[in-house]
Amino acid sequence: MARATSIDRSRPGQPPGRCRYNGRMQITLNGHPHDCGQSATVTQLLHQAGYAGRRVAVEINHEIVPRSLHDGHELREGDRVEIVHAIGGG
Amino acid sequence: MNIKTFDSTDPLIIAGKSYGSRLLTGTGKYKDLDETRRATQAAGAEIVTAAIRRVNLGQDPNAPSLLDALPPNEFTLLPNTAGCYNAVDAVRTCKLARELLDGHKLVKLEVLGDERTLFPDVVETLKAAEQLVADGFDVMVYTSDDPILARKLEEIGCVAVMPLAAPIGSGLGIQNRYNLLEIIENAKVPIIVDAGVGTASDAAIAMELGCDGVLMNTAIAGAKDPVLMAHAMKLAIEAGRAAFRAGRIPRKRFASASSPIDGTIG
Repeated sequence: MARATSIDRSRPGQPPGRCRYNGRMQITLNGHPHDCGQSATVTQLLHQAGYAGRRVAVEINHEIVPRSLHDGHELREGDRVEIVHAIGGG
Repeated sequence: MNIKTFDSTDPLIIAGKSYGSRLLTGTGKYKDLDETRRATQAAGAEIVTAAIRRVNLGQDPNAPSLLDALPPNEFTLLPNTAGCYNAVDAVRTCKLARELLDGHKLVKLEVLGDERTLFPDVVETLKAAEQLVADGFDVMVYTSDDPILARKLEEIGCVAVMPLAAPIGSGLGIQNRYNLLEIIENAKVPIIVDAGVGTASDAAIAMELGCDGVLMNTAIAGAKDPVLMAHAMKLAIEAGRAAFRAGRIPRKRFASASSPIDGTIG
């Protein structure tokens, strides 16, 4: 079982998209460590999280990933992913 | 004679779009989404604010959402940047909102200065407004009641300037009517009081001053009966607007008899 605490994210020279630990890829999802499995696209991540087809917006490393690109956008080790929606506010 | 206060000759026009209602409402602090919807309908609001937040991973993603209760094809969603304390976060939030709402350009910019006052950080607000306008957003901007700043925000290209009447959620009412008047008289874009209203008479006063609209949340959502207060606010906005258009009498220091002096007996 991959654990976030056992990963050295500062290790240089690691190509993006490759798994660093035990074949598992770790990202930060909405501020928390998240295990993406072997690899994942944004669409697959949304599916894992239960938000497939829901009205959400996705940002990776401070850049918007438009909905039209979710299928093709591969996550990379260490990505900081935000999934947001609209809630009540003033 | 049937006088309509919300008629087609007196629309609120924001970024080229006409609205019949001059009451803009927030969607926070309600008991549930059903109450949110009922209060919004009672208010007759067409423009409703929304906050952009991380989804709650682990919770039921199929639970009803705000956009189910207030569908974007029925209401003009006004995503806000509430909770942002710098221009970078505010711009990021607006970009997320635009993606979330399929290219929707209208946003409410608010960059706060501190948690105690929730007063705007006007320096960061100006920075964010410049970036957002340059990026094609239609920016409705929450700001302090400073007439000079309101002018600068208009010059930057904001589509509406929204000064506070009192601190957010304070319910203190219109504390700054002369500043608001100065802002209104110098503006070419709609001036919408955003924050500070406590009850219906406050909303009426804002409209009587000549504000183009009022945006409120806590005054409705925090009332004992939010739906009834929403209705009261709708009436107050209509009454205040009608009174403004009708033109009030000047204030005088001495009495002026309403009945003719001639023909009195005795």
